[in-house]
Amino acid sequence: MEFSDLIRTGRAQAKLLRGPEAPPLRGTLCLTGHHLLLSPGPQATSELWLLLLRSVDSIEKRVASDSGTITLRCKDLRVLQLEIEGVEASLDIARSIEALSSLESVITSFPFFYRPKGLRLGDAWHFHPPERYYKRVARETNAWRLSEVNEDFSVCPSYPRAVIVPRSVDDGALARSARFRQGGRFPVLSYHHAPSGTVLVRSSQPLTGPQKRRCAEDEELLRAVLAGARPGARGFIVDTRSSQAAKQARMTGGGTEAKAAYPGWKRLHRPLERGQPLQESFVRLVEACGDLQQSTDSWLRRPEGCCWLAHVKEALSAACLAAQGMEREGACILVHGAEGTDSTLLVTSLAQLILDPLSRTMAGFQELVEREWIQAGHPFQLRCAHSAFSHARPKHEAPTFLLFLDCVWQLGRQFPLSLEFGEGLLLALFEHAYASPFGTFLCNSEKERCLCEVRTRTHSLWSGLNQPKEQRKLRNPLYAPNPLAIWPSVELQSLRLWQGLFLRWIRPPEPSEVAWEKVWQIVTDKEKTKLSQPTVSASEPQL
Amino acid sequence: MLIDLSEEYKRMGLPNNYWQLSDVNRDYRVCDSYPTELYVPKSATAHIIVGSSKFRSRRRFPALSYYYRDNHASICRSSQPLSGFSARCLEDEQMLQAIRKANPGSDFIYVVDTRPKLNAMANRAAGKGYENEDNYSNIKFQFIGIENIHVMRNSLQKMLEVCELKSPSMSDFLWGLENSGWLRHIKAIMDAGIFIAKAVSEEGVSVLVHCSDGWDRTAQVCSVASLLLDPHYRTLKGFMVLIEKDWISFGHKFNHRYGNLDGDPKEISPVIDQFIECVWQLMEQFPCAFEFNERFLIHIQHHIYSCQFGNFLCNSQKERQELKIQERTYSLWAHLWKNRADYMNPLFRDDHSQTRGTLRLPTTPCNFLYKFWSGMYNRFEKGLQPRQSVTDYLMAVKEETQQLEEEREALEERLEKIQKVQLNHTKVKAKQSEPSKHSGFSTSDNSTANTPQDYSGNMKSFPSRSPSQGDEDSALILTQDNLKSSDPDLSANSDQESGVEDLSCRSPSGGECAPSEDSGKDRDSDEAVFLTA
Repeated sequence: MEFSDLIRTGRAQAKLLRGPEAPPLRGTLCLTGHHLLLSPGPQATSELWLLLLRSVDSIEKRVASDSGTITLRCKDLRVLQLEIEGVEASLDIARSIEALSSLESVITSFPFFYRPKGLRLGDAWHFHPPERYYKRVARETNAWRLSEVNEDFSVCPSYPRAVIVPRSVDDGALARSARFRQGGRFPVLSYHHAPSGTVLVRSSQPLTGPQKRRCAEDEELLRAVLAGARPGARGFIVDTRSSQAAKQARMTGGGTEAKAAYPGWKRLHRPLERGQPLQESFVRLVEACGDLQQSTDSWLRRPEGCCWLAHVKEALSAACLAAQGMEREGACILVHGAEGTDSTLLVTSLAQLILDPLSRTMAGFQELVEREWIQAGHPFQLRCAHSAFSHARPKHEAPTFLLFLDCVWQLGRQFPLSLEFGEGLLLALFEHAYASPFGTFLCNSEKERCLCEVRTRTHSLWSGLNQPKEQRKLRNPLYAPNPLAIWPSVELQSLRLWQGLFLRWIRPPEPSEVAWEKVWQIVTDKEKTKLSQPTVSASEPQL
Repeated sequence: MLIDLSEEYKRMGLPNNYWQLSDVNRDYRVCDSYPTELYVPKSATAHIIVGSSKFRSRRRFPALSYYYRDNHASICRSSQPLSGFSARCLEDEQMLQAIRKANPGSDFIYVVDTRPKLNAMANRAAGKGYENEDNYSNIKFQFIGIENIHVMRNSLQKMLEVCELKSPSMSDFLWGLENSGWLRHIKAIMDAGIFIAKAVSEEGVSVLVHCSDGWDRTAQVCSVASLLLDPHYRTLKGFMVLIEKDWISFGHKFNHRYGNLDGDPKEISPVIDQFIECVWQLMEQFPCAFEFNERFLIHIQHHIYSCQFGNFLCNSQKERQELKIQERTYSLWAHLWKNRADYMNPLFRDDHSQTRGTLRLPTTPCNFLYKFWSGMYNRFEKGLQPRQSVTDYLMAVKEETQQLEEEREALEERLEKIQKVQLNHTKVKAKQSEPSKHSGFSTSDNSTANTPQDYSGNMKSFPSRSPSQGDEDSALILTQDNLKSSDPDLSANSDQESGVEDLSCRSPSGGECAPSEDSGKDRDSDEAVFLTA
């Protein structure tokens, strides 16, 4: 298939409207395999305008007598309007965008063609290898080891090649435990909390089924987790489903750990929303945000707005519970829901952010996203296929990762000095997870990425973000390292709508930009004064 | 004296060719709830003023509140006319004519009635009411519906009840907030202020504002409009002046509204609270436009109720004069000014195009502008507030920068001296410069931050924990707070909290938020240095 087959009309005269605050652009519209370009006339001063077609979420067309209007709703929640001269041309362009924005094949996607200046292919893919963290933990604890049991992805297709497991459990037992867990996701280490010597472990649900099957190796594995922490350590299993849902899962072969089979472990249920209901909350919230013309002022306080914030609250409280279990109770924590690729990761990654000062640094947070989301097998391609505007019937879409970013934003709002990165990084991750010129968020698992040769044929987002010119946008100028755990308030009064994301294209951006300029100025003033201190001793006369 | 209203009128550019100081209300002869010094149009003679005052509720005749010198447009205020169904008053009509003439750039004035139309119509039956456009030449009459003090009192009550719900669901909470109507009322006041500011700055048309008596909604709306129009009112001193002018001097009934004395509970209403909240909502919108910070607003609000200073005692200037309040009490303004370092907004930029002149709110309908002010209504529940303060941090950074700057100057001076000494070939052993001591700063309340809440909801998630533990914690804290709260003044410390009564009122909910109320005051420099190191 050639892209050119899908492009019916490559060119037209058009006017682009970018929301109430930005001035409209006029010029020649061009369509390429991956982009929509608007090149302003020669007299215009503004630059070329470019949109990645992949980021178009839905498209609406309306025609008048001699022109057409296309409304593009993007995955980053932007709404754009194109007024195109000529009915035929506008219809053609609309159809072409529709076809090109929803191409299924990964290897024809833009990251495989993107060759930015200044970046070398293959760079930065080694920036945040989880192995490095695992090796450190193995070294520090002596109770854990790196295992290559999944070297060829045969034991668990959604795990990376290297996983970290209790030293006393051999690879054979791991493989048998994997068969007892959905999708082969046997319990692996997610985080080691050095101050308390406890660990955070994650997996998928056990396949107990209606007969309440057991698996000796799986039981052995969890026993080894406790033994590795310290003698007599206790464990909590945080199940991200309600106890009823967990019981019901037995009917379909799933289930949850039986008390008798896992001595020392206690089960807690913290139901988190996932899948379609979560996607629907997202869609409804975005709808409410965009619907400003409505006469009533209660737009956010309509039920549409509530749900999303309720999910934020639930996710944060579950993560706090897990973190509290480790830090305060000195217990090991196992987190799983059903598949162990969504809400599980939400809880484990947030718990680390709360406990671990390192994960609150720029590099540490990137490492966390890489290890706990990308390598851990969150199916980005399925979950982020569509954003809030799509008319397509949702299949596997769910904004779990966005929910994670929102929770991180809430942490940053309550602890404005404790995160090294700012809202800019969270917004960038949201954008890139849904549509990106980089390969980092492609595919659903490490296995798929290997098959597509993502590492060798695309650029890593981390190299794109870590360029010096991007830093100012992404950093938090207020950052002051905080060695302690940050316990957020999950009371309703403490949670806010993330305006920077949900109203990003609706509210005027200037006031907050002006404020950040000032913040940077204050902070850099101090740095400058510090640097300009003359050192008397150096210039003192030698006598 | 820190705040001088005659200075303020001078600053506006008065008196001038169109406006003059009138002594018609000397000794409160015309209106006992007005100040003695008032600005009126030059063409309004004493006869017209007195005549007009007889046609206005409680004789509160139209007088100047704010003069916009750029285009001569002005904001005037009064009470409702005693028009009934058909009454007229020549002098009142002349008065409005005089206001219009004082603005040569425009051939009409707006008359804004800040009541809902229905309320104003009902008043007609009592011989009061609103201006009839046919009787007055060249006025445009406009209703902007702000509800009365009783509605506002109930609304606040409802909102506070929502805040005290025990573990509500997110939808309960947001619905409760919505049903209280509080933010809707805030928006109504803001809308009225925006309308007037636009009329004055963009259309160049003068506005006469009134409600019923012209001391509640009128005060709110005039001061919001002034704040939008004039950057001076967005400074520390200017804001004090604004309250002094539109609220204190024009006879806002502080004693009645804030229950300073045992009076009619139906008179109590959070009128100025709403104005203060409007300012906060604007601060959220324009983080760089205000010289002062949120704490400044909260402390003013606190002292309106505290009766610790004389400013907010009595219902009118006349009463204050009779009781010699100025001689017998201290002024809040002096107190705030003395501690002004605590009230500064580090982000304030008076040099930016966005913050100079009139504040321009976006033209698109922005319902999301209005947020629940947790910093005010949950101010004693520290656990709910952000645990680290950006404002304090930035102020500390600024202070440190300044210290470094001074140090550098000192060092450079020394350097110069040393060099001179060297030139003179004098053998002087220069002392090693003392290691600079920067008091490290920590604005984060780390001990608070380091205490988790109860995240387990009602479920006993960690059965190992002795059930009484939580209660013990909170009991301990209560005593600690008792000790701390001996400080009578809401001192400027960022950790200010006189949280005793509030903790006890929260205590029914168990130790739920109490553990995070740790004694978080430890500003011990050791810890601080450790943090900045």
